[in-house]
Amino acid sequence: MQQRTLLQLFYLLSAILFVLGLRGLSHPRTARRGMFLAELGMLLAIVGTLFHHEILSYRWIVGGLVLGTVIGAPLALWIPMTAVPQRTALSHSFGALAAALVGISEYSRHGAQLGAGRVAVIGIEVMLGTLTFTGSLMAAGKLQGLIRGYPITYRGQNFSNLALLAGMVGLIVALAFMPAAGNLFYLMVALALVFGVLLILPIGAADMPVVIALLNSYAGLTDAAMGFMLDNKIQIITGSLDGSSGFILSILMCRAMNRSITNVLFGAFGKVQELPAGGEEAKKPIRQTTVDEAAEILGTARSVVFVPGYGMAVSQAQHRVRELADALKKKGVAVRYGIHPVAGRMPGHMNVLLAEANVPYDELYDMDQINPQFAETDVVVVVGANDVVNPAAKREPGSPIYGMPILEVEKARVVIVSKRSLAPGFAGIDNALYYNENTLMLFGDAKDTMVKLTTALKE
Amino acid sequence: MIDPGLIADLYVFVLAGFLGYQVISRVSPLLHTPLMSATNAISGISLVGSLVVAGAGYNPLSTALGFIAVTASTINVVGGFLITDRILKMFKASR
Repeated sequence: MQQRTLLQLFYLLSAILFVLGLRGLSHPRTARRGMFLAELGMLLAIVGTLFHHEILSYRWIVGGLVLGTVIGAPLALWIPMTAVPQRTALSHSFGALAAALVGISEYSRHGAQLGAGRVAVIGIEVMLGTLTFTGSLMAAGKLQGLIRGYPITYRGQNFSNLALLAGMVGLIVALAFMPAAGNLFYLMVALALVFGVLLILPIGAADMPVVIALLNSYAGLTDAAMGFMLDNKIQIITGSLDGSSGFILSILMCRAMNRSITNVLFGAFGKVQELPAGGEEAKKPIRQTTVDEAAEILGTARSVVFVPGYGMAVSQAQHRVRELADALKKKGVAVRYGIHPVAGRMPGHMNVLLAEANVPYDELYDMDQINPQFAETDVVVVVGANDVVNPAAKREPGSPIYGMPILEVEKARVVIVSKRSLAPGFAGIDNALYYNENTLMLFGDAKDTMVKLTTALKE
Repeated sequence: MIDPGLIADLYVFVLAGFLGYQVISRVSPLLHTPLMSATNAISGISLVGSLVVAGAGYNPLSTALGFIAVTASTINVVGGFLITDRILKMFKASR
């Protein structure tokens, strides 16, 4: 009894340390210290649990801890930063798998003897865990390119998904009345496995930032449900924190794309886009520039803002961009970076990719910070970004991206766009920015162009 | 009727949700990626439930499920904290 009270105190301490740890993330300066606190909290919780009175043998525990470390550590230490979204999605699926399996074990052990409320809690926990497991595997597969990123839709999709969801809920209700009906329970598990897959099928690669955040939220809810099932407060607290984090990030991402969550989940964005009637734009002339001219303009500027997009990360040009920035700084030019919230495959991804290339974080500005500053900026260099700088989002109500907040680069004195060709971006729409009078197009591979610009600047 | 323990759990859940909302809203957008990997890591707290199932020797099925659950949760704890630290180390101020 006394031991159990002690364990609860350990868990309370862990919960406090987790909250302090997350609070540390409010600034890069305090972030690592915060994470150290969270690690300490985790250690306390684990060590405390190892003394749990029900544990008789440590054989399988040690086996699992070792195997998990052997798989988890290399995955974390060696994957490239571009693959962090996939790893995050995989991690959601592992957490959900653990929760689902413990739930199944609970049911198989004493499901038949439990009251309606308890059985329903187990049912919900296992349903959430199972659908998050397969849903996150799907998301990871799409991000890694194992499954086509293209949204897969068919007639009656939303209806059949809703019917499936209703079926699972119905089975849980039935179980509450007949706790011993094991076949109902396992049928529900099977439906949840399928449901997770079907949920992610219609979602395109461009919407992944929202989906990962949403799955993060589901994973948190699963964890909390597991806490309810085991009557374990630390899991409820952690799951709730995790769930609200995922929820906030989903909202932020949706806002950055001017879409509602339901639209992301059921809208199959990126597929329905027939090229809209942008024909008149396409006939307008563009102004092309050369490396030497662009270097001249950059070298005589007082302030330059780089606007990177995922295209830059794909061609691994971030190091070359930073070298160009260094050359500019040497000439006394003020350099900043403007980051759109969805410039990447997950929330905050672009900041990580630039930080990896040794860009100091105080040069990274988010959309709300940088937008008022474009009017006083001499030159903006757009590298691999497209839809997030398209002024059509502000002035063409017919455009599919109308209403999406953008980086207002067109307000700068000169905009240089480094781009392979005039091909449209993710949303498949023409970019009005390219035809502006103050826009200069610099065609060619981004990495190559950055190197040439740097060399030209140094001469 | 309803288990009083369940109600107490509900209190904890709702209040922790509010706290989470306040804390997470103040996280710098710069660090949203490490925020996600950090929540991945702490969500590995499912380990505490899994450990008991793996070690209590209820029956062979439970032990096997518990073993897989411990493995999966450990991947999150170890992997989550390692990659969070790896990412945070890259964020440097200009000299």
